[in-house]
Amino acid sequence: MIKREPLVFGNKTYKDVTDDICELVERFPGQKFLIAFFGVKMLFLFYAFILGCIVTVGMGLMGVNHPVAWGTDIITFVFWIGIGHAGTLISAILFLFRQKWRTSIARTAEAMTVFAVMTAGLFPIFHLGRPWLGHWFLPLPNQRGPLWVNFRSPLLWDVFAVSTYAIVSIVFWYIGMIPDLATLRDRAKNKWRKRFYGIFSLGWRGTARSWNHYEMVYMLLAGLSTPLVLSVHSIVSFDFAVAQLPGWHTTIFPPYFVAGAIFSGFGMVVTLMCTVRALVPKFKDYVTINHMEAMNKIIMMTAMMVGYAYASEFFIAWYGGNPYEQYVFSNRAFGPYGWSYWIMITCNVLIPQIFWLKAVRRSIPLMFIISIFVNIGMWFERYVIVVTSLHRDYLPANWGMFHLTFFDFGAIFGSFGMFLFLFLIYIRVLPAISMAEIKPVLFSGKEKGHH
Amino acid sequence: MAKYQQGIAGIWEDEHQMIAAARATREAGYKKFNAISPFPLHGIDEAMGIPRSFIPWVTFVMGLVGCGFGIWFTWWTSTYDWPVIVGGKPMWSMQAFIPIIFELTILFGALSSVAALIFICGLPKINPPTIDPDLTSHKFALFIPSTEVGYDIEKIKKIFNKFDVGEIKETEF
Repeated sequence: MIKREPLVFGNKTYKDVTDDICELVERFPGQKFLIAFFGVKMLFLFYAFILGCIVTVGMGLMGVNHPVAWGTDIITFVFWIGIGHAGTLISAILFLFRQKWRTSIARTAEAMTVFAVMTAGLFPIFHLGRPWLGHWFLPLPNQRGPLWVNFRSPLLWDVFAVSTYAIVSIVFWYIGMIPDLATLRDRAKNKWRKRFYGIFSLGWRGTARSWNHYEMVYMLLAGLSTPLVLSVHSIVSFDFAVAQLPGWHTTIFPPYFVAGAIFSGFGMVVTLMCTVRALVPKFKDYVTINHMEAMNKIIMMTAMMVGYAYASEFFIAWYGGNPYEQYVFSNRAFGPYGWSYWIMITCNVLIPQIFWLKAVRRSIPLMFIISIFVNIGMWFERYVIVVTSLHRDYLPANWGMFHLTFFDFGAIFGSFGMFLFLFLIYIRVLPAISMAEIKPVLFSGKEKGHH
Repeated sequence: MAKYQQGIAGIWEDEHQMIAAARATREAGYKKFNAISPFPLHGIDEAMGIPRSFIPWVTFVMGLVGCGFGIWFTWWTSTYDWPVIVGGKPMWSMQAFIPIIFELTILFGALSSVAALIFICGLPKINPPTIDPDLTSHKFALFIPSTEVGYDIEKIKKIFNKFDVGEIKETEF
């Protein structure tokens, strides 16, 4: 019989699990955390400064021009939304597939989704030029007619999709946390901690009837989130696919974007998990090397799906005989932005192939480096899609070049400040691993046959 | 739902014994007792006779409501209230409206399921009595309210003791 590996190392009891996970939330942060938090906070303040400049001075500070009218704002928006999708995949899709190993990473992955969507959500607002009119996106009755939004535009489908995704993700994340917040409430010695966790746990006490309904709702949310995550990134891909530009107007975009999103998201999960394991050594028993290896396998699988998408785009451009499509693709690889195309191919298709070697899949330093390359590669994929198709489209008189400004770089790197700021706060205030989900699978893989 | 009851509770450290005790308690004729655990227990629903949750029906109905709302709203704004010709597309652009209708279906379904959960569990409860703080960590309990038909402390203690109970106390829940 094939021996099953234990999901949690160290022969833990239920009480050990509670103590290990709650302890991080209950003790005062140490020096390492404070230094990291200070650095991230400075980056976040820098980001706020950049956004302040863009709002007060105007979009001219960024590199958008004619013909590249969509610049780093939409690239980084799609980048962050894509990262969010891995969290929902781990939480919802792996749950439906009954993959018990998701239990220790699900909550942190879902938190990553919530913060990534929050970070992404600022970009459509700030690239408006008049962000104070951002409420015009919403189909609310108004005194301008009443004028309705353009329901036929994919940019508006994005508003519905991303808002729904944000709301459902936050709700799924929060509902998952209620039993664990009750645990923290019952352990709290300080009056304010007890009150804080008491409020947010809603008075949960864990009766069997409550658990019965709870498990049903968890499964329903997982079942609803699965088509939601697939639809959200498909709708984001429609921003491009519904347009008529060569290189954009292809039906491969929805599955290609979804696979790419899962790819980049798992890259970010691996980066974050390597960091969390290094900073909180106790968590190595819960997010084991086997979990990390499983995630690397998913990275490899989606890397190959994305590579296949690149190849089939190229092939169809040649096979279809459309001269504009053919030009766009040869321009992508050999034109003035060819450097970005080859960075994308190297980072997304070639580098993850190292994961075929088991030793690399199980090496934390190597997987950390590779996951960073994955994220770089996926940002460049969106850069290649947006910039190379816009800068040379049908009419040569319309051709131009696109250059990033200081504010473009500021927005890209600053957004990491916002994301990491939220993430570091979450790690200290909320239970990072789902105790109520780990305890039922604590003994899987043990010889005793405890089920 | 905020009425708390007096009764007797047995606290276990081994969930299998608690589930067996729950089965025995139900067989002894008690119907309204509670089992408390820090995580959902495999087998407790059968032991206690708890039926499958009805919340999926709420999700389904509200999902249909969301779908209907999406269809009505996009149709009304686009064909009736202020029809605008966009790119030569028809007024009722069903294909274009599908993403919006789909998202509204999911949104209504998800939010209504969560609202149903919170309502049916009687949440939020403000400062509810807890039998033992370890029940949200590593211990399991059965609580039988004194208002139960045939409530007999000695009989209950005998049932609990047959399954290696750790502690028995009379408390409020």
